[in-house]
Amino acid sequence: MDWGGVFSQAVTQGIGVQAVIFALAAIGLNVHFGYTGLLNFGQAGFLAIAAYALAVSVTYFQLSFWLSILIGLIGAVLFALLLGIPTLRLRADYLAIVTIAASEIVRLILRSVTYKKYFGGSDGLSEFSGTFYGANPFKSPLKWGPIDLSAGDLWVVTVGWSLVAISCLIVWLAMRSPWGRVIKGIREDEDAVRSLGKNVVSYKMQSLILGGVLGCLGGFILALANQSVQPDKYATDLTFFAYAVLILGGAARVFGPVLGSVIFWFVLIFINRGLEEAIRQGNITFIRADQAGQIGYLILGLSLMFLMIFRPQGILGDKRELALDAR
Amino acid sequence: MRNRAVALLAVVIGALALAFAAAPAASAVTTTSDVSVSGTLVGTDKKPVEGVKITVTGPKDFKGEGTTDALGKWLVKLPSGGQFNVVLDESTLPSGVTISNGTNRTVNVFFGDNNVFFDTSADTTVVQSKWSQVLQLTVDGLLLGIIIALAAVGLSLIYGTTGLTNFSHGELVTMGAIFALWFNNGRGFPFVVSVLLSVVICALLGGVQDRILWRPLRKKGTGLVAMLVISIGLGIFLRNLFLFIVGGDTQIYVSYAGQAGLSIGTLTITPKAIIGTGVAVVLLLATAYWLLRTKMGKASRAVADNPALASASGIDVERVINVVWILGAGLAAYGGVLYSMSGGVSWLQGFQLLLLIFAAVTLGGLGTAFGALVGALVVGLAINLSTLFIPTELKNVGVLVIMIVILLVRPQGLLGRRERVG
Repeated sequence: MDWGGVFSQAVTQGIGVQAVIFALAAIGLNVHFGYTGLLNFGQAGFLAIAAYALAVSVTYFQLSFWLSILIGLIGAVLFALLLGIPTLRLRADYLAIVTIAASEIVRLILRSVTYKKYFGGSDGLSEFSGTFYGANPFKSPLKWGPIDLSAGDLWVVTVGWSLVAISCLIVWLAMRSPWGRVIKGIREDEDAVRSLGKNVVSYKMQSLILGGVLGCLGGFILALANQSVQPDKYATDLTFFAYAVLILGGAARVFGPVLGSVIFWFVLIFINRGLEEAIRQGNITFIRADQAGQIGYLILGLSLMFLMIFRPQGILGDKRELALDAR
Repeated sequence: MRNRAVALLAVVIGALALAFAAAPAASAVTTTSDVSVSGTLVGTDKKPVEGVKITVTGPKDFKGEGTTDALGKWLVKLPSGGQFNVVLDESTLPSGVTISNGTNRTVNVFFGDNNVFFDTSADTTVVQSKWSQVLQLTVDGLLLGIIIALAAVGLSLIYGTTGLTNFSHGELVTMGAIFALWFNNGRGFPFVVSVLLSVVICALLGGVQDRILWRPLRKKGTGLVAMLVISIGLGIFLRNLFLFIVGGDTQIYVSYAGQAGLSIGTLTITPKAIIGTGVAVVLLLATAYWLLRTKMGKASRAVADNPALASASGIDVERVINVVWILGAGLAAYGGVLYSMSGGVSWLQGFQLLLLIFAAVTLGGLGTAFGALVGALVVGLAINLSTLFIPTELKNVGVLVIMIVILLVRPQGLLGRRERVG
């Protein structure tokens, strides 16, 4: 067994691209779910809209990279508005159903043959990340201890963690402001906030936009790291992973999503690669190599369940802050 | 309480896994040729096509050949389970016969006989008139609506009595189909017996699920949002457990592979769909009778209305909820069988149906069983009829958009009461 190699891959993913993407997605979800109590199950839709806005703007409309990024951000804001108007007056469980439906609508349209001209069907789009990698100051790959990153990945990860840091700062500043106190008040008791004369729906909408924009940064990173966008990368599973990351780290805590993402991906990759290696070496014979990936999903499902049953506040959280109820 | 719940959960999951693991283990040990792929090639005139060569290649340089006999049947025995490539030799097809769904297939064989269906029907597609097209789509829509209704009624009843928005309800649907497949293909039971066994087992497992997972959580006072997330976790787990056990390919019931459709005027409908849907309608009527006329059914509506008051008037709330779970899981399992009778059994079928089930339930009004029934028929019809105007691949998009729009103007759903939405 090549434990060193397995460990190295796990560490690299734990601080690498996957961790960055899901940290960003979960930071956005944290604003929705952790702070405002909005049960948004359409986070994958935000990531998809941003990534595709970037890709389509560059490849189809031949716009510049940075303008395309801006369009992606605007796309996320518009999606939040579109999603919020019919749903924010509804109860939490209705919101969950509608948001999950909305993100599926986005994915089904992106992968349809009808709009293949723009979105590239199920193959997606590529060749939009030239400007990004052109700006890469790193010339050689990083090999330091167990960490093994190519020059390109190193650039993605550097930009990604910078975005994570900025996002955390924004969330921290926002949540200690009067605005943040209203937001948390809505989570605790909507009617009490309403009785103080605050426009609850408007605040919820602002929270949906903020969380959506922060989350969509993860969509950019996912697109740039792969140098392509494919619709099925933005399926509902992505949202579920982000929830697992958020709940593991601790919802309603600034660093909860970051810690959750690092730990989640380290453990998941360690188990997956470890199993694959063990199967390859013949140490484990009762499962096939292609079943090793499914083990990761089994763990995801179980960890979501058991975390929510036994430690809903995650690693960093405070149980009193998460006494959410739907009716 | 916690420990007992976890222990029981582990036992059930273990038992479930074992029940499935038993079959592949047996075939792996004996490696006799009770594993095979087969099929029946029938032309568009419903006459068998003879003398067509089919080649199967697989792991360890396995290569097997089969030729369709006078009845159009072919069979290739395999050394063991695994991934195989099934290729139909097009040059051996008689003139005028074409295969519309691809002559090259990859199948994951696990146990028993595995049907590979080559479809010859597409080349005769007559251009239907608009009205016969509408008629066909309406009938198809009603059939789909009934399938959705079977799952939606259970989901709605569970929501009504416990408040749980169960995101793992789709897996109850899949489980029904998988158990039936295993009994039918793996164990060789007659189809009717397989379905009956599957529905009974799934219904009981539904009751067990409530006992070991949801009841302890309710006792603990777990919030509804937390329970919703737990159901998502359970859904992911079960889905991938199914994938782990049965593999990623769609499999067809041996007894019902490629049944030819009956033509009634311009309408085409398969006998299996008529009988299957007939049984479903009877089940739904029985459920309605149960809700309206029996003591337990009335009690369940009382619990949905006000659990505290129901409990105070002597209704055993937990027992009612348990019965609702058993009923809901049983109905969903039958829905899964019905759904897979035409489309084949896949590990993802319940999850694919889940959003449509939710659409049906929200359309009708969360928590109302009859609303779910109406909502399901509306969803089924809307999906099929919308293909008249939008591309078929976007038909689900249309329905989901309709759901969102209806929530916008009538958030309580078609039959829901206004006060239910806060």
